[in-house]
Amino acid sequence: MSIAAEASEPVFTAFKTARPDQWVKGVTGDWEIIVGMEVHAQVAAKAKLFSGASAAYGGEPNSHVSFVDAGMPGMLPVINKYCVEQAVRTGLGLGAKINLWSRFDRKNYFYPDLPQGYQISQYLYPIVGQGVLEIESDDKSTIEVGIERIHLEQDAGKSVHDLDPNATYVDLNRSGCALMEIVSKPDIRSPEEAANYFKALRSLVRYLGTCDGNMDEGSMRADVNVSVRKPGGELGTRCEIKNVNSTKFVAMAVAYEARRQIEILEDGGTIDQETRLFDVKTGQTRTMRSKEDAHDYRYFPDPDLLPLVITQEFVDGIKATLPELPSDKRKRFIADYGLSAYDAGVLVADKEFSDYFEEAAKGTDAKMVNSWMTVELFGYLNKNGIEFTASPVSAQNLGGLVKLIQDGTINGKIAKDVFAKMIESGDDASTIVERDGLKQTTDTGAIEAAIDALMAQSPEKVDEAREKPKMLGWWVGQVMKSTGGKANPAIVNDILKRKLGIE
Amino acid sequence: MSDLTKLSLKAALDGMNKGDFTSLELTNAFLDKIDAQNPKLNAYTLVTHDHAREMAKASDARRAKGQVGALEGAPLGIKDLFATKGFRTAACSKILGEFKPEYESTVTSQLWRDGAIMLGKLNMDEFAMGSSNETSAFGNVINPWQIEKKLTPGGSSGGSASSVAADLCLGATATDTGGSIRQPAAFTGTVGIKPTYGRCSRWGIVAFASSLDQAGPITKNVEDCAIMLKSMCGYDAKDSTSLEANVPDFASFINKGVKGLKIGVPKEYRMDGMPEEINQLWENGIEWLKAEGAEIVNISLPHTKYALPTYYIVAPAEASSNLARYDGMRFGARVDGNDLNDTYEKTRAAGFGQEVQRRILIGTYVLSAGYYDAYYLKAQKVRARILQDFTDAFKVCDAILTPTAPSAAFPLGQKQDDPIQMYLNDVFTVTTNLAGLPGLSLPAGLSKDGLPLGLQIIGRALDEETIFSVAGTIEAAANFTAKP
Repeated sequence: MSIAAEASEPVFTAFKTARPDQWVKGVTGDWEIIVGMEVHAQVAAKAKLFSGASAAYGGEPNSHVSFVDAGMPGMLPVINKYCVEQAVRTGLGLGAKINLWSRFDRKNYFYPDLPQGYQISQYLYPIVGQGVLEIESDDKSTIEVGIERIHLEQDAGKSVHDLDPNATYVDLNRSGCALMEIVSKPDIRSPEEAANYFKALRSLVRYLGTCDGNMDEGSMRADVNVSVRKPGGELGTRCEIKNVNSTKFVAMAVAYEARRQIEILEDGGTIDQETRLFDVKTGQTRTMRSKEDAHDYRYFPDPDLLPLVITQEFVDGIKATLPELPSDKRKRFIADYGLSAYDAGVLVADKEFSDYFEEAAKGTDAKMVNSWMTVELFGYLNKNGIEFTASPVSAQNLGGLVKLIQDGTINGKIAKDVFAKMIESGDDASTIVERDGLKQTTDTGAIEAAIDALMAQSPEKVDEAREKPKMLGWWVGQVMKSTGGKANPAIVNDILKRKLGIE
Repeated sequence: MSDLTKLSLKAALDGMNKGDFTSLELTNAFLDKIDAQNPKLNAYTLVTHDHAREMAKASDARRAKGQVGALEGAPLGIKDLFATKGFRTAACSKILGEFKPEYESTVTSQLWRDGAIMLGKLNMDEFAMGSSNETSAFGNVINPWQIEKKLTPGGSSGGSASSVAADLCLGATATDTGGSIRQPAAFTGTVGIKPTYGRCSRWGIVAFASSLDQAGPITKNVEDCAIMLKSMCGYDAKDSTSLEANVPDFASFINKGVKGLKIGVPKEYRMDGMPEEINQLWENGIEWLKAEGAEIVNISLPHTKYALPTYYIVAPAEASSNLARYDGMRFGARVDGNDLNDTYEKTRAAGFGQEVQRRILIGTYVLSAGYYDAYYLKAQKVRARILQDFTDAFKVCDAILTPTAPSAAFPLGQKQDDPIQMYLNDVFTVTTNLAGLPGLSLPAGLSKDGLPLGLQIIGRALDEETIFSVAGTIEAAANFTAKP
């Protein structure tokens, strides 16, 4: 049994100094925030990491529990190969080194929701080594955040303290579910970057299908390490904020914690290395346990498991099935669809957005599709609190609407009405246009007749317009109104100019 | 009808095959004998009368239909470390209380698959931690040899060894982490083998030290041992350390002889102060093998003296973690305290015996921050050296012959207050656990006091065949016919 991998016990150094615009002003001068994150992402797998029990969310308490998960005497763990594959897949998505030899250790501590009395984790020899994730900084520029490692580990069960004032209940459904702990380097320099890192990571694992990224169900949770220092100076003492479960809270927690530390330091105090909790109600962090109370986890190799050995062929097989990753897709959207970096970023952030966009943009104006999607559709969904996946307008139908605008069948104004009807009925645009007779009039004779009638009605306005060519807009409005909005605005414009003698 | 309980496993299987008696008759004979003898020996902690009779009837019915498994109708005893579905499995610890698992261990499942009958659960040292069966929450087991002297049957599989020696079963399951099959076998004039690590699935066996634990049989003779081992081992996907190896017909190697085999005799096993009768026994073994055409090779296993200290770091370290699950939360006994930590402390203080607590404390200590490198990591390195010693030795020999234990059975209570003296019992046996190698003990003579003494044969990994060839030869030459 040879140890092919080097033990990796990370020694973190923060080489990069934050941009001055990211510095935090204090009484004694500027401060720089240093953040590193450990994100726990639950592997999207049917079964648990070391047992065949269901890993599905929900279910009656203690209904997804095998004898292994309950820590029954004599029960033994057997690795779920699918979970290993997902960790490798995530590693490849981060361009990381995949370790063909890794090992499971036991992390020992007592708690009622930890039935075995230890968590099986990869302490010294993780399955994935160093990689990198591109994220957006505060100034919209793209920066790289280093990935230190990803290791596989078991989740604990859930302690429920609020069912009874005198008792704690334990639900073991989550006990033994596979987690990927994705550890970043301390390359993050602001609350926004921290939130964006979490967002980008979520986007990546959802693209890869290795984690559903569902924060409400606890599928992704971040432990955020925060310290402050004078820009480019010596690293400060860090505090770890446990279990932050949304991008917004990550940013809030970093901002609060940095400010707290700066205040202490500026008052001449020192930072105690400790584990803290983020209170979503107050937006503050508070002490969970100090360094003195830190557990001695007594890590040692799990003797129930052999080292995890995978082959290069196994890794290559997974590599061959990787989807296009968000960073590549973003570049492609800019190059192929002519989108701005910002628009491309919005669409790429969620695989469902970009899939929808690409479907809708087939054979039509992509920029127009982007604007209809991000302004009209997102606006409607946000206002009504509807999930994107439940959108009443399909990608195909949105594309169809844009096509009708593009080929002059309807104009932009009518299109908004058609869109509203599409939301209501779920019908496609051409059906609605046909049914409601909303086709744009390009019949110059009809438009001319309408204009003549209006000019006859208000001769004084005709004179006015001849003197003040800016009146043209008012006239266009009148014509559109009289034609029920269906007149082609360009044609209206041309005829009006001619008749009013405006150049 | 003569006393069926005195039959060997093989003879009993043959008798049932010939129709001389039924499994039910045989089972009843054992149950009667257990009822009569167990109060004196305390070998069984649970006798499953009704279940045994039902199994026997079912076995007889199968036989009537022509379905005859390898152990068809054979009544066996099961060490309390094996999970038996619906029957108390307590590892002879108070902390498990009346725990009745909802699952059956792989090893016992295979015995039932092959037609065996469960007579009950056998006493042992608590969590298999002990060498005299005195740490059991169910009290001492008495060695049937010179019963009035109240000698230990050895440990931890004391109930297994005692019940086999006293004809309270045809054979018994046992486990061996540092010598727990072989030393009790030596103390009771029975045969026991700890197979290669990974031969028997550990699934459903209460864990002591996962990297060392291995199940095996204790039986009345070498052939029975081979028959029972064959049913017990085999690959099990539920145990990640199980070996995907072919299971040979071990019994077919017993009469193969030792002609041309090279038998290693390690000089480091000649310890200062070892009783002369042990040395003499060893010499006899060497002469018997020589006489049958084996070549004796002097070998060196230079790291032997570090084996016991290494074992007493590795085993407690793993145990301290393996036993963390006994926290009073989900099963077993709980003593409520003022808060969570108080409940843990009270539960574990009340539930674990002194020796188990000692080992948990040692194990916790050697894994602690700041001590891990000096103890656990160092021990792992020494363990690798010990394995290397054997690898080197097996370049020049095919099997190794040693005494099993440094003494014959000793009186109960004699070493209980001196853990070091107690730990020394395993000095010849722990090495094979650390190296994962198979080792068998068989009776080869009597001490001057008339107590059985055992010889140990150690083989290459997955080469139990050669061990059985050597054991068969020694058994024939030693002609050990003494009975308690």
